Amino acid sequence: MMAKASLLQRASGATLAGLSRAVTGVRPIWAGVAPSGRQRIYFANHASHGDFILVSTCLRPAERSRTAAVAGSDYWNAGPARRFIAGRLLRTVLVERNWVERTADPLQVMLAALDAGESLIFFPEGTRNMTEEPLLRFRSGLYNLAFARPDVELVPCWIENMSRVLPKGAVLPVPLLCRVVFGAPVALGEGEDRKVFLDRARQALLSLAPEKDGTRR
Amino acid sequence: MSDDTTRLFLGLVAVLATASAVAGVLTWRSPQPLPSTLENLNARIKAWWIMVAGISLAFLFGKGGVILLFAFVSFAALREYVTLTNTRHADRWTLLGMFLVVIPVQYYLIWIDWYGLYSIFIPVYCFLAMPALTALRGDTSRFLERVSEQQWGLMLSVYCISHVPALVTLPIPGNEGRGLLLIAFLIATVQGSDVLQYIFGKLFGRRKVAPNISPSKTWEGLIGGIASASLMGAGLYWLTPFSPLEAGTLAGLACIMGFFGGLVASAIKRDRGVKDWGHLIEGHGGMLDRADSLVFAAPVFFHIVRYAWT
Repeated sequence: MMAKASLLQRASGATLAGLSRAVTGVRPIWAGVAPSGRQRIYFANHASHGDFILVSTCLRPAERSRTAAVAGSDYWNAGPARRFIAGRLLRTVLVERNWVERTADPLQVMLAALDAGESLIFFPEGTRNMTEEPLLRFRSGLYNLAFARPDVELVPCWIENMSRVLPKGAVLPVPLLCRVVFGAPVALGEGEDRKVFLDRARQALLSLAPEKDGTRR
Repeated sequence: MSDDTTRLFLGLVAVLATASAVAGVLTWRSPQPLPSTLENLNARIKAWWIMVAGISLAFLFGKGGVILLFAFVSFAALREYVTLTNTRHADRWTLLGMFLVVIPVQYYLIWIDWYGLYSIFIPVYCFLAMPALTALRGDTSRFLERVSEQQWGLMLSVYCISHVPALVTLPIPGNEGRGLLLIAFLIATVQGSDVLQYIFGKLFGRRKVAPNISPSKTWEGLIGGIASASLMGAGLYWLTPFSPLEAGTLAGLACIMGFFGGLVASAIKRDRGVKDWGHLIEGHGGMLDRADSLVFAAPVFFHIVRYAWT
């Protein structure tokens, strides 16, 4: 279903990467994993619309053009402008978050993208985190993906500072330095319980965050 | 392009070429893998080539080029500074204003040479507007701390740094059209002093100046570096309207201020638990790691020259 990145998508991907570098000077920190051509699910903390741009900026162009962000269709299908951005400019896999009215199973949509060779940027909290907590509880999506496609690497990515650059509702970004810390992949154990796995994945992501007092690695 | 500019440029290229040659020989003779000091030295020299190229390019465009260059330096420095501060959601408009209004206005005022306003725009008007704006937003949590942190950021990253390009506007009798060379003199002595302090410190450094703040700053490095940089400043008097003695004295003063700038920057970094301000300049760290000495030296140098020579 996902075709190769169109010329427009490559161009807008490169433009966005340039813009996000100009504003945030974003740097990838490869801590425990190296860039590679393997199919991956990058799972990250989520507090800003800029999050997936930051992660894709940190990837090499070849990786970027085969990596799509999983986003909520309720937001990105609301209005023609958003639909154009999500559908034509960016590489997104839109999933329906509304349990009651949904027409397509989100898991099937994501698996179809994986089967087409895509890598995914995935936010396992399910929504943007607006609380003081550093990371919300993970929803089941990550477990379901790991269970269904065990050979896809699950790479935790801690996004630092983006929520200060572009918080919810903001249009203009405040220029601040951002980093994305890529940690060692997490794999689903043989017969591992869903909740145990989700907690373990959450801890793996949380361990990449800077200390409470702001000390960075 | 005057003869002096060409001479300065060729001199800089010669110094960098020598540094590269020495580092090349050291690298060639060193066992693999390279020790980290040598690797850092190589990165630093490479970054110096890029910085000298950037500054030379700005100089080609004259006053406008230098103002744009330092507006960018301010932007990069302020971004590094604000990243390390504790901001709250209510500070958003203040922060946006610092980047989108204060930096352009301050450098525009220098462009139109309005000394009366650019010397008070930040310390009077911005310093009053910022707490007012923050109070209007209604979030009083850590109010004083939040406001003063950002005020101090503007002071360091914008106000002080903007005094480097402001040197070009000083109407020094007999120095017409040579304002850029005065800037080159200040940058060369202050940055030269940083390099010389590093070299003297590595060679002879034993007694630490402030062990709690910076393990790399030693009395031997400080005295050797500032003394040699002052001599270098005296030797560069032909760039300036000063006599050799005056040039050496002003260079020494700028270097001492530069030392304090580096010390204060180290104290801030230590408090925030970071080693470098950022990663903009490979081998050096962030923009503020390279510009911290200039931050303290520029306004003092500017005002002494303005008082005594205009």
